[in-house]
Amino acid sequence: MTVNLSKGQAISLEKQGGGTLTAVRMGLGWQAAPRRGLFGKRTQEIDLDASAVLFADKQPVDVVFFRHLVSDDGSVRHTGDNLVGGAGQGGDDESILVDLSRVPVHIDQIVFTVNSFTGQTFQEVQNAFCRLVDETNGQELARYTLDGGGQYTAQIMAKVHRAGAGWQMTAIGNAANGRTFQDLMPAILPHL
Amino acid sequence: MTAELVRGQNHPLPGTRLEIRVSAGTPVVAGATLGDEQGRVLGAERVAHPGSPTLPGLEVSRQAAADHRLAVDLEALGEGVHRVHVLLALPLGTAGPSRFAAVAAPFVAVTALDGTEIASFTLTGLDAESAVVALELYRRQGAWKIRAIGQGYAGGLADLLADQGLPEAGRLAATIQDAIALGASRSVAAPPPRTSDDARVRTPGPGAAVGPTPAGAEPPAAVPQQPVGDGGPINYAHPRRRTGTPPSPAPVAPPAAPGEPAPPVAGDAGGWSMDERLYNQVWGMFEDLARAVAAYRSAVDFADSRMEQELDRALSDPRGRMGSAGERAREEARVKREDLVGRAREALDRDLAQLTAESEVVEPALPPPYARWDNPVWHAYRVPMELPMALRIGDLTLPEQPELRIPMLVRLPLERGLWIDSGRGGSDEAAFMDPDRLKGLAVDTAVAVAARLLAVYPAHEFAVHVIDPAGSAAGRLAPLTRSGVLSAPPAAGAAGVSEVLARLTERVDLVQMAVRAGAGADALPPGMDTGEQLLIVNDFPHGFDDRALNQLRYLADEGPSVGVHLLMVADREDASEYGPVLQPLWRSLLRLTPVPDDHLADPWVGHAWTYEPPLAPPGSRVLEQVLGQVGEARATWPH
Repeated sequence: MTVNLSKGQAISLEKQGGGTLTAVRMGLGWQAAPRRGLFGKRTQEIDLDASAVLFADKQPVDVVFFRHLVSDDGSVRHTGDNLVGGAGQGGDDESILVDLSRVPVHIDQIVFTVNSFTGQTFQEVQNAFCRLVDETNGQELARYTLDGGGQYTAQIMAKVHRAGAGWQMTAIGNAANGRTFQDLMPAILPHL
Repeated sequence: MTAELVRGQNHPLPGTRLEIRVSAGTPVVAGATLGDEQGRVLGAERVAHPGSPTLPGLEVSRQAAADHRLAVDLEALGEGVHRVHVLLALPLGTAGPSRFAAVAAPFVAVTALDGTEIASFTLTGLDAESAVVALELYRRQGAWKIRAIGQGYAGGLADLLADQGLPEAGRLAATIQDAIALGASRSVAAPPPRTSDDARVRTPGPGAAVGPTPAGAEPPAAVPQQPVGDGGPINYAHPRRRTGTPPSPAPVAPPAAPGEPAPPVAGDAGGWSMDERLYNQVWGMFEDLARAVAAYRSAVDFADSRMEQELDRALSDPRGRMGSAGERAREEARVKREDLVGRAREALDRDLAQLTAESEVVEPALPPPYARWDNPVWHAYRVPMELPMALRIGDLTLPEQPELRIPMLVRLPLERGLWIDSGRGGSDEAAFMDPDRLKGLAVDTAVAVAARLLAVYPAHEFAVHVIDPAGSAAGRLAPLTRSGVLSAPPAAGAAGVSEVLARLTERVDLVQMAVRAGAGADALPPGMDTGEQLLIVNDFPHGFDDRALNQLRYLADEGPSVGVHLLMVADREDASEYGPVLQPLWRSLLRLTPVPDDHLADPWVGHAWTYEPPLAPPGSRVLEQVLGQVGEARATWPH
């Protein structure tokens, strides 16, 4: 069963029926909000970019984004940039695969962000979500849907972090501003 | 609001920490100079460039790239700095354009740290220039401002730097171009794209992305360049697909025991033939080793820096400086480091064990083109009927596990020439070696590489020419000269050099003309052999006059696309009198060394890999035996 997270909520990541998770996929999706007005049907393309920042004890060590699709250690892989966003089918627009068994020992948190490269704000985005899927069987483990958009250009979506011998996912859902993950660093740090 | 500047316009800067973004659409070099109140740059130490990328408050990229982000902290620049010039230059001697007229107008933007754009400037109207001052950041009454400049220099970086009052501008410009060339000549060609069905044990599933190509690296090597002129023949064959070989079923890994990784199997990668599968598997192992070691090194770096910080903290606490509390804190910091490094090593050892097991099944399964000389597969060697995808020209290792050797595979036909560096400046091991012994080993390496090329080409599709101006390598060249694989004895003396060069230059011209005419091989003179040609040059530049030098440079530039390749055995120092004229030549070649040397970078993480040349084991006759068969096939097979 998938768990619908609310802001700030955390869940332990386990395989259904026990066992440790090995590979997960963070799927991020969004749709352009329909515009009001005469040509209301004309929706604009929105280029949102998903990034994952790997932290060791609150220090950024590596980042995976559209210009660096694989973390140097190979444990985190971005499946590629999507420039226009959701077809509205609720599928993932961008995915980031995390091989939990290969995450280097010093990396203790991976933060997922979405930012608007084209500068549009989240007012023009609807149905933005992130969901964590067990990549080995395609089962959704957790989903976090953002509340309505606002005058900001980025979202710090969620993080996956070590907890004991396993991993946890925490929904963050904080608004921020910036075009790329570098711009978001100050906004990420309080959530580590 | 972004201010869109025109040439000469200025704009105030709201803060002192900025980012300058450059997008040029083609790889360019970005640099910066720091000037005093008059705009003079006092010395080379005030120039940030790929060879020396960091100055206080400023950092540029080590490589030429289509996009740059320069971080600038104006407060950290130092008192004497009043002007910062941001400059762009085209890398010289590459296949890329040599004047800005040939590229899209570069675009530069200055942004604040939060990403908001402050000002931008499009450098339009450039023509024959190959270097340009894009922007100036300058102090005016205590505040910093920016000015759009766009001043280009047809004379390139040297003129640009000279114009800034820099002494020895020419030398610095050469250093910068050298640093870029080094970046290019030390990178192993980009890997084949990973296909989605290439399910390596560790790839977390379908849809695995293509690995990134570092900025400034070669274009992907997977696709050989087809010479296509106007109306020329277009090859519609899929470059990575072999004709005539139906896809044989991939070997199936036996099921894994619960909790264990699947046992490795040779050929366990995507591909249309065993040749291609093994090729992809080797590249997969190469990438996995690079990444496993990256994870380990990153963890160790982190553990070290954390321990440093904790030790500093323990030292700065006055209560803990003496006595047992301080000692305990220091001890704790060390234990924490050891614990993390230990766990990182454990993870690395797990990966290394798996890759070693894979290597142990893959190495014996390799066909001759991919196999080391000590592989028994060479005993059953037969002259092939078909060209393989690639050739092993050495081994690559990392210090974490020197026994784990990754075959260094290059695509065939060769896409760039090779340079065996016989100089002592290249590595520590070379520096302590007797120069004559090193030169001898360099010739041995060239012979070994040439022998491998001869062995994997069908009998009449590859010809080797040798230039040995002073005859100094005659003994070492014996495996080639005695086996009858050369079309003619090594050329000696100035006359010999010019004769061979003239013949190959003419050949390049003829093939280019034929390609341009769209006539293919039919337009070539009857009797001309249509195979690939390799020219081995020993003792360069001995025996070369200016004309010969120009012909050699012509071959280096134009040869690879029409199947004429260079294998230079040279010490760069010997040719230093020619100065920068030869830089494009060195740059166009892949540098190999006759002794193990860590100068090759992988395309994913950029580790320095130790290259080992493909020399036959001491006492082994395998090379002579293989060349003997090749020579025999040439003598007996009909043309």
